[in-house]
Parts: sequence; C-alpha cells; structure tokens
Amino acid sequence: MTALLDVKNLRTHFHTTSGVYRAVDGVDLTVHAGRTLCVVGESGSGKSVTALSVMGLIDAPGQVQPGSEIVFDGRDLLRLPERQLRSIRGRDITMIFQEPMTSLDPVYTVGYQIAEAVRAHNDVDRKGATERAIELMRLVGIPSPERRIHDYPHQMSGGMRQRVMIAAALSCDPKLLIADEPTTALDVTIQAQILELMKDLRDRLGTAILMITHDLGVVAEMADDVAVMYAGKVVETGSVTDVFNRPQHPYTEALLQSVPVLGMSKEHPLRVIQGMVPSPLNWPTGCRFAPRCTEAFDRCREELPPLFTVDDQRSACWLCETGARGSAGVEEIYR
Amino acid sequence: MMGYVTRRLLIAVPTLVGVAVVSFLLMRLIPGDPARVLAGPDATAADVELIRRQFGFDKPVLNQFLDYMGRLATGDLGRSARTGDSVLAEILARLPYTVMLAVLATLLAVLVGCTLGVIAAVRREGLADLVLSGLSVFGVSMPVYWVGLLLVILFSVNLGWLPAAGAESWQGYILPTVTLSFFTIGFISRQMRSAMVETMEMDFIRTVRAKGVARWAVVLRHAVRNAALPVVTVIGLQFGQLLGGAVITETIFAWPGIGRLLVESIGARDFTTVQGAILIFAVALILVNLLTDIVYAYIDPRIRYD
Repeated sequence: MTALLDVKNLRTHFHTTSGVYRAVDGVDLTVHAGRTLCVVGESGSGKSVTALSVMGLIDAPGQVQPGSEIVFDGRDLLRLPERQLRSIRGRDITMIFQEPMTSLDPVYTVGYQIAEAVRAHNDVDRKGATERAIELMRLVGIPSPERRIHDYPHQMSGGMRQRVMIAAALSCDPKLLIADEPTTALDVTIQAQILELMKDLRDRLGTAILMITHDLGVVAEMADDVAVMYAGKVVETGSVTDVFNRPQHPYTEALLQSVPVLGMSKEHPLRVIQGMVPSPLNWPTGCRFAPRCTEAFDRCREELPPLFTVDDQRSACWLCETGARGSAGVEEIYR
Repeated sequence: MMGYVTRRLLIAVPTLVGVAVVSFLLMRLIPGDPARVLAGPDATAADVELIRRQFGFDKPVLNQFLDYMGRLATGDLGRSARTGDSVLAEILARLPYTVMLAVLATLLAVLVGCTLGVIAAVRREGLADLVLSGLSVFGVSMPVYWVGLLLVILFSVNLGWLPAAGAESWQGYILPTVTLSFFTIGFISRQMRSAMVETMEMDFIRTVRAKGVARWAVVLRHAVRNAALPVVTVIGLQFGQLLGGAVITETIFAWPGIGRLLVESIGARDFTTVQGAILIFAVALILVNLLTDIVYAYIDPRIRYD
C-alpha cells in the first residue's frame, strides 16, 4: 500500500483575542491510494480544520504551524508556492462540504459552476467545458443533465445539489476526494443514495477518499480505514474491522458503545460519555481524554501518550504501551 | 416581467396623487403673499389685487386645489406665475441638464465607490482598508455645499483649471458631478465593503476556492456579484439623496437644471412651478426604484416577479 497523503504532526492554530485556539494540535494520518479513510470524532475535535489544512484553505487568524507536514504524492504541500498549490487544489485533491444548500453560488447555474472547475485546470473552451459538465452530471446520476445545467442551485433539492458538488469535485479525475460530512445535512434516504453514489464512483474511478463524519454508521458503510480524533489529536487509527472489533483507545470504545442499536435492553443500556470536550484554548495536560475516561490513572493526567503501535492499529493510550488491551468491540455490543 | 412593471406603474399613481396633495398644501403654508411677490415692490394695491384675481389666489384654497388636481388629471401642469410659460415646457427644457448630472454622478459614485469598497474588503484590516475607511467617513460627513465650495476655490479660483459655473462646455460638468457624487461614493464604498466582507465568508466562496480558481476570479466573479445585491438596493435609495443634493449643487454651480428652477421658484412663490418640479422629482424617484428592482431580478436569479 502506498501512502497518497501523509499528514505528520499537523498543528493548525487560530490566534484570537481570547488566546491561541489550538483546533488541530498534532494530527498524524495516512490515506492510501484508492482507499477510504474515515475521520470520526465529536464536534470541535478538529476534523474539519484538518481537512481545510490539507486543502490549504485556512485563513487568518488561522495558521498551520511550522513543523507540520502534509505530504501528498511525495510533495510537502506546505512548502509549495500558492501557484502550484492551486494547480493541485481542485485537480488532484478536491473537496465537498457539509451544506449543499449554501455551498453553491446562488447567482450562477449549476452547469456553469461545474464547468468552472473543468476550466480551472484544463485548456478547454466554454463549449467543451459545458459538454464535460453534462457528462459529469450524468455520471453522478442527475436526470436529463442537458436541461438541468441551466438550473440555479435554488431550483434543486439538497441531494441534487450535493450531486452537483460531487460532479464538480470529480471534474479532473482527482486522486483524493475530501468529503466533510457530505450527508449530515441530508434526509436519511438521500444520505443512503449519496453514500451509494460515492462508493460506486470510488470503485469505478479508483479515487481515494478522506471522509469526515461523526456518524459511525457512515464509517461502517464507507471506510477501509478509520482515524478517531479527540481534542485536536488522532487517538486511534487502524482498519475499520480492527478498530470496530477491538478498539484500543477507551474513547473509541466509549464512542462505539454510545450508538443506539435496535433491540437494546435494560441489561445493556446506552453508554454516555460523561463530561464535555475540553476547550481548544486550554487543553488539559496529559491525555486529553483523561478527565472523562473511566480507565484513567495518575500517569494519564501528567503525560501525553504518543501513538503506540498495537498489531496493525495505533492507539494513543498508556494502557497500550505494552500491547493490546482487552476491550469490547461492536460485535459484543451489538450481540 | 411586463405584468410586474405595469402593476408597479399603476401603484405609482396614488403615490403621485399623494405627492401632488402634499406639495400643494405645503406651498399654501409658506408665509408670504404670492401676488405681492409677483407684482414687485413698487406695485399698487390695485395691481396686486389684479394679479391675485388673475391667478386665482383670491378663491378659497379648496377651489384652488380642485382646479389644480383637475388640470393635473389631463396632464396640464399649469402656467408659471413668474414667466407665464407652460410649467411642463420649462421643466422639459431643464430636465436634460439635471438628468445628465444625476446619471454622471451615479455612474462615478458606483464605479469609484464599488472599487474602493472591494479593495478595502480584500485588504481587510490592512493599511488600504484603514485609509479607505477614513476617506469614506470623510465623504459621508462633508455637506454637499461645503464640498462644492472647496472644489470651486481649489480648481476654479486658485488653479483656474475648471469653470466655476455653467454647463456650456464639458469641463463644466466635472466639478458638479464630483460634488454631487462625493457623499454617494463614501456611502456606497462602505456598503460595498461590508457586503464583500460578509460574502467572502460564505460557504460557496470556500467551494470556489477549493476548485482551484484564481483569487482574482473568486473575488470578481463570485464575491462582487453576490455582494452587489444589497448594494444595488442602496444605490436605488441613494438616488433620492442625489436629487436633494442636485438642488444644492445646481445652485452652487449656476446649473440650468430643475434643482435651481425649484429654488428660484420657491423664492418667487411660483406655486405651480414648484409643484410641477416636485412632481417630476417624485416621478424620477419612482422610476429609479422600479429600475432598481428590475436590475435586482436580473442579477439575482432567485428573484422572479411573475
């Protein structure tokens, strides 16, 4: 497996009047060519900022800190001049967003907005770009695309708009598609359609996907690999089967146990993670999950655990320092 | 669209009737006997009485009002008490000068105001933003007559580059246009800046950037067009301010337009001309607002009037 995207010690901070907001504070993750990595975590864990950092779309007061590395296809994106970065952005790495309702420009037709992505990276005239836009709209399953290219975003449903976003994102056969909670704002049935479409396109086009979500159901549906984020850091990574079956980090375990399952009984109640996510202005010392962790001991509150390799997984928990930890995976929970 | 325009024009009729009533009543409230002013300081009491009867000032106000509205319904604005000419003819002779001045000032204000606003927003919190914000506050704080006089002192009196008055040559247009657009430039640039700042934070801007589109294209193609929506409304409303400014500007620069006609007529208690001029201003304002709404529908596809 070759690493297409290798993020090392990514730290993205925001300098605000109330202090330094360390949204992403030492993230390591790897996306392999043609595979899907799902990044899961609660709101505020730094998932979206990680994605925007990879895209090079962090604006002031945000800043990717020196010492961070984002290696894509052998090149560190953080060392490239803006001009070269722009030729990668939208061509080799593309992104779709959470809110299809507001992510399209309301005053241009959807056909124009797809063609714009085509023209940004290809030497084609307007006619050629429009033809390509029609082709892309057909690819993402928009009916009668010749007619619908003239539609404005407000004339389309949320699901259709997300298909338009995907069409624009696929315009230059990207190597990596970043999807930031692409189905969160959609109805459940539409969610399933969009996920189905993404899986189908991934299998047909061989695009690697970095998918951000807080929905473990989406992870189960889409992921080859998983990275669990908590408080600006990745706390556990591994293949989806490994992480789901034997989570090594107590946070992952708690997260899996907090998903309601059909047929739950009083004997196995839904677990709640006590407490709140700490503030990025003031992360706790030691392990950031320690204040909410049922397994925490003294060392957890003093020293920040690095990512320990446990078989094919990696986990940032002191309990994993000497090898795998016994834990309840989904199979036990769902039984 | 045609149906919408027709409806809007029909709604304008009661508005114009209202304007006619108010302007008529306001003129009767101004102190001073119009017959005496018209007759001049040396006139005898008999002369004044003659003039009063001639123009119908001796009749009860209600009768005068009904006469006026009756003539108005047939499109007759009446005759000027001062010159005896048709008010409509007098207004039409002067209208092109005021329209030209207003259009030039609006164009200048939109062009300069929007450019400054966009630059300030793109260089937000930078030096350019600071300087431009200061300039626009300066622009909206300076009264029109003061700006006009300062410009005359500098460019006509001291430098001698431009004429201080009159509309005989194209150079004569420069100072009144700049004077008239001064406030509007400041106003539009502030509006444009805040609209741009707001638009640049929108989700779809991030989408466009994620496509790898060049920064200038993100700003010009997407941000400016979206930011223009609220600014167009402001420009339409601003036109009323411009007409008010025209009255003062035309007086300063001895401009042969409707604004100066209005001021002279008020001084001479020339009721019919004043009422006619006010009516024309009202018509202009209604038409400009209609035009604004049509432009709005053109640049924002979400708005459809039918």
